[in-house]
Amino acid sequence: MTETVITLEELERDALTELVNIGVSRAAASLRKMVGEQVFLSVPSLEVVGRKLAAALIRERESDQLIAVRQEFEGAFSGRALLIFPEANSLELVRAVTGGELSSDEVREMEEEALLETGNIVLNGCLATIANILRKPLTVSLPRLVRGDGKHLFDASALSADSGVVLFLYINFAISERDIRGYIAMIMDLPSLEALKVLVGEFIERIVGPESATRAN
Amino acid sequence: METKVLIVDDSKLARIVVGKAVAALQPDWIRVEAANADQALALLENGGIDVAILDFNMPGRNGLELAEHVRQRFPEMPMALATANIQDEVIARARAANIAFVSKPVTEEGFRGFLSGAALKLRSARR
Repeated sequence: MTETVITLEELERDALTELVNIGVSRAAASLRKMVGEQVFLSVPSLEVVGRKLAAALIRERESDQLIAVRQEFEGAFSGRALLIFPEANSLELVRAVTGGELSSDEVREMEEEALLETGNIVLNGCLATIANILRKPLTVSLPRLVRGDGKHLFDASALSADSGVVLFLYINFAISERDIRGYIAMIMDLPSLEALKVLVGEFIERIVGPESATRAN
Repeated sequence: METKVLIVDDSKLARIVVGKAVAALQPDWIRVEAANADQALALLENGGIDVAILDFNMPGRNGLELAEHVRQRFPEMPMALATANIQDEVIARARAANIAFVSKPVTEEGFRGFLSGAALKLRSARR
């Protein structure tokens, strides 16, 4: 049996990871419907880091050009969500979601639209689930496509020069039989991250109850 | 005779949520927890576990692999897989191993069917 005494911070991280896990699992189920093949997910790892470090973390894993679908979200907390994958994977992903019935030219033509739609489904699925569980609605902008290396993606995504904090959710997704993998990142500034921390705290209290929350503290 | 339910999830919070749902529906059941597949297997081998509720997405061995393994060892144990990952392949594999499916986020309502079915099965087996 596991020990029940933990600090609230650990529980907050745990709660946030679980929220993301539920959101991404749902998104993967939607993605599975689109590609007709099983989508495998890794267990999310979650880090709050500066933008530079986030870029370095991506660079460690991916040296090639990246492509990302980016969406802004706004509400009790605001920021940007990115679905990132190696640019070399992008046409394969397009083939997967279009059912392999298109010619190479058509695939290239469809690339942008297909990627945007895929990103929209994955990111919205993730954000909507988090919003629902935290009971705070988020409005999500239309998706945009960004190309570049890790540094460029996070620079282009910074909300302001200094305060860009990245809630870096590293989730590997892979589609069986295809060489496709990717990451999800959420970028927030400090006030938003603090607002999110409060909401996660309230969420934990709803579940655990004030009595146990005090004990856990 | 007491009933012991094993709750396996790498998330502490998720174990609390599942534990609360179980406590509300089957207040007499004894709850034990494991944070990963290895801990779960150790507890199962010690014996005395009647029902198992497993998270799907865990580090190391995932909940479905764990469930299939446990199923071979305990062919009659009522087991449920808790996940938001409702992909056809996952559901089909769970069904094939006679493992119930409970969707996350976990609610009391979502667990009601599985727990009352499990209770019924255990009662008739003990008769």
